[in-house]
Amino acid sequence: MDTLQASHPSGPILPEPSGPEPVLHLEPEHGFACFRHAWHDFMEGLTLGKLACTLSWLDIKQRYRGSLLGPFWLTLSATIMVAAMGLLYSYLMHMDVHIYLPFLTISLVIWMFVSGLMTESCTTFNTAASMIHAARLPYSLHIIRSTVRNWMVCAHNVPVVVVVFLWFHTTPHWTWALLAALVVWGVDSFFLTLFLAILGARFRDIPPIMASILQILFFVTPVIWAPELMSVGEEWLLLDPFFPLIEILRGPLTGDHLSVMVWPAALLWSALLGVITCTLFARIRARLAYWV
Amino acid sequence: MPVSGRVWLIGYNVLPQITVQNLDVSFPLYHGNTRSLRKTVRGAFQGRFSQDRRNRVVVQALQNISFTLKPGDRLGLVGRNGAGKTTLLRALAGIYEPVAGSVTIHGTIGTLLDPMLGMNNVLTGRENIHLRGMLAGLTKPQITRVEEDVEAFAQLGSFMDLPVNTYSSGMVVRLSFGLATAIMPDVLLMDEWFMAGDAAFRQHARSRLENLVSKADILVLSSHMSTVVAEWCNRLIWLEDGHIKMDGPTQTVLTAYLGHPVELKNPDQPLPNVAP
Repeated sequence: MDTLQASHPSGPILPEPSGPEPVLHLEPEHGFACFRHAWHDFMEGLTLGKLACTLSWLDIKQRYRGSLLGPFWLTLSATIMVAAMGLLYSYLMHMDVHIYLPFLTISLVIWMFVSGLMTESCTTFNTAASMIHAARLPYSLHIIRSTVRNWMVCAHNVPVVVVVFLWFHTTPHWTWALLAALVVWGVDSFFLTLFLAILGARFRDIPPIMASILQILFFVTPVIWAPELMSVGEEWLLLDPFFPLIEILRGPLTGDHLSVMVWPAALLWSALLGVITCTLFARIRARLAYWV
Repeated sequence: MPVSGRVWLIGYNVLPQITVQNLDVSFPLYHGNTRSLRKTVRGAFQGRFSQDRRNRVVVQALQNISFTLKPGDRLGLVGRNGAGKTTLLRALAGIYEPVAGSVTIHGTIGTLLDPMLGMNNVLTGRENIHLRGMLAGLTKPQITRVEEDVEAFAQLGSFMDLPVNTYSSGMVVRLSFGLATAIMPDVLLMDEWFMAGDAAFRQHARSRLENLVSKADILVLSSHMSTVVAEWCNRLIWLEDGHIKMDGPTQTVLTAYLGHPVELKNPDQPLPNVAP
């Protein structure tokens, strides 16, 4: 008790004033104000990007604290899955293992990222509820945190891809298309997380629905089978949004020939996702704190 | 530099001020059994439950709240459990945006609503300080100053480098209170949790908070404890069922709220002078 009173706190830190006093004016949104506020939310989220990345990294550290291999369990399970499925399916589908295994590896790594992202994004706002209720923060901060975390987890599987590619002498085609595809994936992963996080905050049935949708998509989308196996009707696959998106990333890496319509379809699906998500977010941003 | 709520800028160097006009906040009840809820609404609970224009069942948490706070005001919120105190604090912090009416806050906002704000249980006290500094947009040297300041205040000793989940609740309170008051906001919004500390801590916290308030900032404090609000506040709002039942000087409202006059705990320690 005495020690407490004997201390002399040096007093609060007054951050140097930078610009004008902030003014927070809140009232029910009319007209396009909601889109302006949603835009502000994104911009504020980006300025806190470094914090979001730190939080993501701490999430991973926390998740694997005390674990022997930590996140490298994912690397190990990806390796085993690739080895087992690669040998079995190349035999079943009568494909050359030298072609099939690199294809399967990159496909599975991409799919693990997609399914991890979609599973976790449903609960992004619900797990951040205590933070949302404690202070006014941009909602995009939580989305960036979740998205970056999934990219970090995905990065642990990259060694598997590198090893398999070296083993089978597959040389990726380093074209600008690969870079463009990565940019599209970066943007899409953010919007997909935001979209599912909103749905998950409002409807608690989304996580189990998502689990079954993912299972169906895994078999319907050319993940473990090459799209060239379809003799006719390959263009119907473009109706599955994941096919063109996976194809633009996988094509340059495995050196497969891309069918012409893949890029337009990928951009179209991405634009659709972006527009729907932004509209939805603008409409419900002010209500999110009430939902979680 | 905002601590939380980095918001669109429309004014220049205005004194800290809070204006609340006809604020309504209502919660939709999505996840309950709506049909039986509607029956309940028609039955016993009148006033608090209602249906909005889309026929959803909502709880009216706050109705028609209006007040203005100027620099130096130290507002206390009193009322029963569920009267809407915490909801009002959250509405002032910009967490719950108004369903009707408006809230305008000039100045940076500091929130002490949840002792664990942004704190990660498995990280050490020191790591948490760094996180909060980043959240406030501080530079590296500023974060170091905050760290020294909080270390001096919280008196955690070697616990600073241990995970927060090894702390006692009092230690968590000391850390988060020190942290929240280390980065100076213009408007400090505080829930009653910080009273979880022992008497020595309250004394300690008081000197630190007075330091903050004396710099012409606004404090809004919600508490159950009449002694606490009598000691800290110069104006009280008595909330009942989401309405303002009474708004006035501390002594007047507290006498009406408790039904008997209150003795100030420290009559020799008068309230610091505040700007009119």
